[in-house]
Amino acid sequence: MTAATPLAAPGSGSGSGSGSARRRARGRTRRLRRLPLNAAALLVLALSAFPVYWMAVTAFEPTADIEGANPHFLPLHPTLAHFRTAVHADGFAGYWRNSLVVTLGAVLMSLVVALLAAFAVARMRWRGRRAFVLLVFTAQMAPWEALLIPMYVIARDTDMLDRLSMLTLIYFMMTLPFTIVTLRGFLAAIPVELEEAARVDGCTRPQAFRRVTFPLLAPGLLSTSLFGFITAWNEFAFANTLIIKNQSARTLPVWLSSFSNVFGTDWGATMAASCLFMLPVLAVFLLLQNRVTAGMTAGAVKG
Amino acid sequence: MLTAPTAAGQDAADPRGGTGGTPPDRPQGRRIRRPPHRPRSGPRRVLAALWPYLLVSPTVVGAAFLLAYPVIRNTVMSFQHYGLAQLINGGATFAGVSHYREALTDPEFWTVVRRTVWWTALNVALIMLIGTLVALMLIRLGRRLRLAVMSALVLAWATPVIAATTIFQWLFQSRFGVVNWALVKLGFTSYRDYTWFAHGGATFAILVMLVVWQSVPFAALTLYGGLTTIPAELYESARIDGAGPWQSFRLVTFPMLRSLFALITSLEVIWCFKCFTQIWVIGEGGPDGATTTLPVYAFQIAQSFHKYDLGSAVSTLTVLILLVALVFNLRRMFRQEGKEGTA
Repeated sequence: MTAATPLAAPGSGSGSGSGSARRRARGRTRRLRRLPLNAAALLVLALSAFPVYWMAVTAFEPTADIEGANPHFLPLHPTLAHFRTAVHADGFAGYWRNSLVVTLGAVLMSLVVALLAAFAVARMRWRGRRAFVLLVFTAQMAPWEALLIPMYVIARDTDMLDRLSMLTLIYFMMTLPFTIVTLRGFLAAIPVELEEAARVDGCTRPQAFRRVTFPLLAPGLLSTSLFGFITAWNEFAFANTLIIKNQSARTLPVWLSSFSNVFGTDWGATMAASCLFMLPVLAVFLLLQNRVTAGMTAGAVKG
Repeated sequence: MLTAPTAAGQDAADPRGGTGGTPPDRPQGRRIRRPPHRPRSGPRRVLAALWPYLLVSPTVVGAAFLLAYPVIRNTVMSFQHYGLAQLINGGATFAGVSHYREALTDPEFWTVVRRTVWWTALNVALIMLIGTLVALMLIRLGRRLRLAVMSALVLAWATPVIAATTIFQWLFQSRFGVVNWALVKLGFTSYRDYTWFAHGGATFAILVMLVVWQSVPFAALTLYGGLTTIPAELYESARIDGAGPWQSFRLVTFPMLRSLFALITSLEVIWCFKCFTQIWVIGEGGPDGATTTLPVYAFQIAQSFHKYDLGSAVSTLTVLILLVALVFNLRRMFRQEGKEGTA
């Protein structure tokens, strides 16, 4: 309004007349310039989220709407009928239990075994240590898909076909190398001096570890085990190859993959079952959001 | 001349020669009262030296039985006659390299190899291209929109492979699938009730979309993490020197993130090459073998035709081809290890 205000405006903040108009104009051009960028962001957002969104919408829609002439992008008549169908499907509770038993068994085993090995690698000097680390790295990249055939033959020879314990052992070995590498990283980050101080105060080495290092390691143990959980929970190829005759020993991924035999063409029930299967994984991902990228490239960006 | 060997012999005879000061005639019991900084001797010392080996032994035993043994068994089987009869009754006989010869002279094997290379190259190229673009986009976005896009990416990443595969089958379902509906609405009426999974090319395309959809989040989020570590001054000085967006990517971003690009590319090559679950669930390598890649091919031979020997040979060849990428990755890991060791 007056000639003096533009000088005062930057400091006072509350723009008057021509100042705010100019700022609005500048904002508009900036928004215009950012338009393609934001449009691209929305496109990426839509493409990433749509399949999962569509799964949820289908799961909550009555079959009449699913098979209507035009799809509904919002569940207009939400229903839990498909979830009821999925939960009451033959053996659902059993498959759920099998998956849990195999996953938790593998994760716990690999945590204990990895903790011992990680301690030896991070805290002790011994001949063959480097060779052991090389072994772990190599094992981490083992092409498991190429071992389906020998595993089947070995399982058959040792009478381990159709047994959950065989799957547990395989998942244990699948997750073990990664668990060692990450735990060792977490261990190395905890100063040895803490342990040494405890030993000066009269603790034995295992005691010092249990009372001082272990509590500090707990968050690392948790996030590492969650990665193992995801790997074992999702595994399909071995579960599909090694559980053949004993249908009651199947795990959720195999059951879900054979949905066409289970639900026929009931897509609502299939999507409801997918939702239920995905739920624990999603919960785990939300728990360790920040560590996800850091963990998978462990050793690559640091140093 | 003669004294040197004797001296050496004496040293060797007395293992504690270096520590010195211990008269050999001293009674054993005395030693206990030694100052504590002297190295412990006897069984305790042996135990202390054994500790690390005891701690890693479960890992070594596990790897020996569950990883080394299957690998050896696979290799041995590929040199034997091993079919259904041998699986049931045992008594496999040596077959030499006949299975390798059979695989390598079979034109179908080479078709599958070419398809696998094409599958891997196409997927990795798309993942890297889209991943880089998304990462560059993320860093320029406002905070709220960036958080929203990142959440959507994590959602796609978190979707279990089996769930994602099932969802894509539903998206592309012929009668009620939303993709066909959208295509018809857009005017492509030939897609009414189009059966995607009956056509080789269409199934292949859907599998590529599925793998890319699931893999882009990892590449994009990791690259975004790398981008945030590049100081803004570098871009500023590049801009002052007159560099355009493409030049500043080529001269600043790429060189700064070279090792990260190499890491992600090699991981994606390995992952795409070994991809099995999605392909198997969608069509077991079909229709008409249009989506049969090497891992699927090896499994088919063993599972459907009970030629465990030939399947093992193809598996071994698969790993050998993959070894290039694996060794590259292993070398990188080990170089990192060496760097950390000296630091």
